[in-house]
Amino acid sequence: MSKVLMKGNEAIGEAAIKAGCRYFFGYPITPQSELPEYLSRRLPQVGGVYLQAESEVAAINMVYGAASTGARVMTSSSSPGISLKQEGISYLAGSELPCVIVNIMRGGPGLGGIQPSQSDYFQATKGGGHGDYRLLVLAPASVQEIVDLVKEGFDLAEKYRIPVMILGDGILGQMMEPVDLGSETTLEAGEKPWAVTGKMGRTKNIINSLYLDPEKLEKHNRHLEKKYLEIKAKETRSELYQTSDAEIVVAAYGMIARVAKAAVDMAREEGIRAGVFRPITLWPYPEKELNQAAAQAKAVLTVEMSLGQMVEDVRLSLNGRLPVEFYGRVGGMVPTARAVYEEIKRLAKTYGEVK
Amino acid sequence: MGVVFERPKSLTQQKFHYCPGCHHGIIHRLVAEVLDELGLQDRTIAIASVGCSVFAYDYFDVDAIQAAHGRAPAVATGVKRSRPESIVFTYQGDGDLASIGAAEIIHAAARGENITVIFVNNAIYGMTGGQMAPTTLVGQETTTSPQGRNPKNAGYPIRMSEMLATLPGASYIARTSVHDPKHVRETKKAIKEAFQVQVEGKGFSLVEVLSACPTNWHMTPVESLEWIKNEMIAYYPLGKFKSAEEAK
Ligand SMILES: Cc1ncc(C[n+]2csc(CCOP(=O)(O)OP(=O)(O)O)c2C)c(N)n1
Ligand code: SF4
Ligand SMILES: [Mg+2]
Repeated sequence: MSKVLMKGNEAIGEAAIKAGCRYFFGYPITPQSELPEYLSRRLPQVGGVYLQAESEVAAINMVYGAASTGARVMTSSSSPGISLKQEGISYLAGSELPCVIVNIMRGGPGLGGIQPSQSDYFQATKGGGHGDYRLLVLAPASVQEIVDLVKEGFDLAEKYRIPVMILGDGILGQMMEPVDLGSETTLEAGEKPWAVTGKMGRTKNIINSLYLDPEKLEKHNRHLEKKYLEIKAKETRSELYQTSDAEIVVAAYGMIARVAKAAVDMAREEGIRAGVFRPITLWPYPEKELNQAAAQAKAVLTVEMSLGQMVEDVRLSLNGRLPVEFYGRVGGMVPTARAVYEEIKRLAKTYGEVK
Repeated sequence: MGVVFERPKSLTQQKFHYCPGCHHGIIHRLVAEVLDELGLQDRTIAIASVGCSVFAYDYFDVDAIQAAHGRAPAVATGVKRSRPESIVFTYQGDGDLASIGAAEIIHAAARGENITVIFVNNAIYGMTGGQMAPTTLVGQETTTSPQGRNPKNAGYPIRMSEMLATLPGASYIARTSVHDPKHVRETKKAIKEAFQVQVEGKGFSLVEVLSACPTNWHMTPVESLEWIKNEMIAYYPLGKFKSAEEAK
């Protein structure tokens, strides 16, 4: 299929439609508003429903309702709005409802700013809402990857009955790139025997996260745990760039991984053996892949648009085997390739054998 | 001899957990009878809220969803928008609907969502042990208004039905009571009309039912009936605030 030029936010919308999503509930917030705007035009054309909710709280609960009926449903927001959705996300996880939630991150805390950021990593991967639960968190690094991951996200959400989060930043949302939208997913009817659709002669279905009996709640928690362990074993995704002989491995996700690649190219020109490890799933974190990428490494540099959040997972994954350093910019400031290159050079000098 | 009284089909065999004299059970039964009479059981999706009626999903023999505190109208919106052919109702307490869920109910009504809301107003937070609700009457003693609700500090109780009836999106709004058999019959009639509004696709319908909580009112069931009749109805007048015919 031929490629079309699309803005990241709009590509999310079109990819969702291609994935068979026909329901979207959202609330305006910069820098993701192009997505609801796009879907408010497109969904009615394909027989779907776009609804602007009264708040992010209402939007995520509308998602809860639509997902309960077995519909493919999506919501999107940016950081402050995602904070408001957390109660609903916890309920979605507890009731095992599939859906896709998009967070195009902006700077915080509080009202923060509207420029790109990666400061919601903790919130996305370590909970955010209450209770022992996980989201499957996917972090695209290009408009094409947005399209691929949104489609895959819906499939994973339904396969595991788990909410999936697409975690992007404002740069990705606003950027235009050529994409191949691929083919339309054909959804099979009747593949969700758990959905509430009206009894129609069968025994009733209930969507619920309440277990007052502690033994029953523990059983439910264990059931969720089993699912999370299976996802951890089977669903990690990552990209490695020039890591096979790298002494310095840069760990970065999303747009910042592209900055890291440019910095690694600069380092390679100077004879520094550097590479990039880019996790595509932030939960589950690709621990094994990081260890393989850093097999020859002397040190790992984590680069983020935050004060250091993913770096904790990098340290946990390497478990003290290698020194891990951090470089970050915050508040909407983006690390430059030059600055990352300088950091690589510094680490190579401190820890490397070459030079 | 024919059967003159039996359990409605739309209720399961599960025993209610409600306190003696509580009206939730009566209201459940009325809703179930209406679903039976209108032949809606197979098409209905119930949304239980957070409050004493949280287990409504176990009591109604229909597909059901348990919603977060106050969010039932938003959940119902998601259900109805993705399955317009289903009959969708929420069952909410006064804390749930008039306090934490005030935004959701107002906007569901404003959008004219084609859903039915059963709003059980017992002027108190029953489930959490009798704290003040937004509907608690002035002077009413609760665990968080031990000297009686003082409007200087806690403001005034909200008349939700009157307020919602001002919205063009609301098609049917009625307030009823179940403190005696006559009013039980009237409540059933209102619930039936509300569901009919939905069946006919006429938009948002809500029945507010004044309801006893003898446990947290610290009254006997009989005293509770008197209190509804003399105190609650004085502030919350019964009646139809909007009928489908007046709706735009
Ligand atoms: C977010 C949240 N806040 C508070 C609670 C605690 N809570 C449970 S039920 C309830 C009040 C319910 O009162 P009402 O809606 O009037 O129902 P009733 O029990 O009186 O029928 C509260 C505050 C909760 N479950 N969730
Ligand atoms: S506490 Fe009140 S509302 Fe709850 S079951 Fe008992 S009487 Fe009914
Ligand atoms: Mg109450």
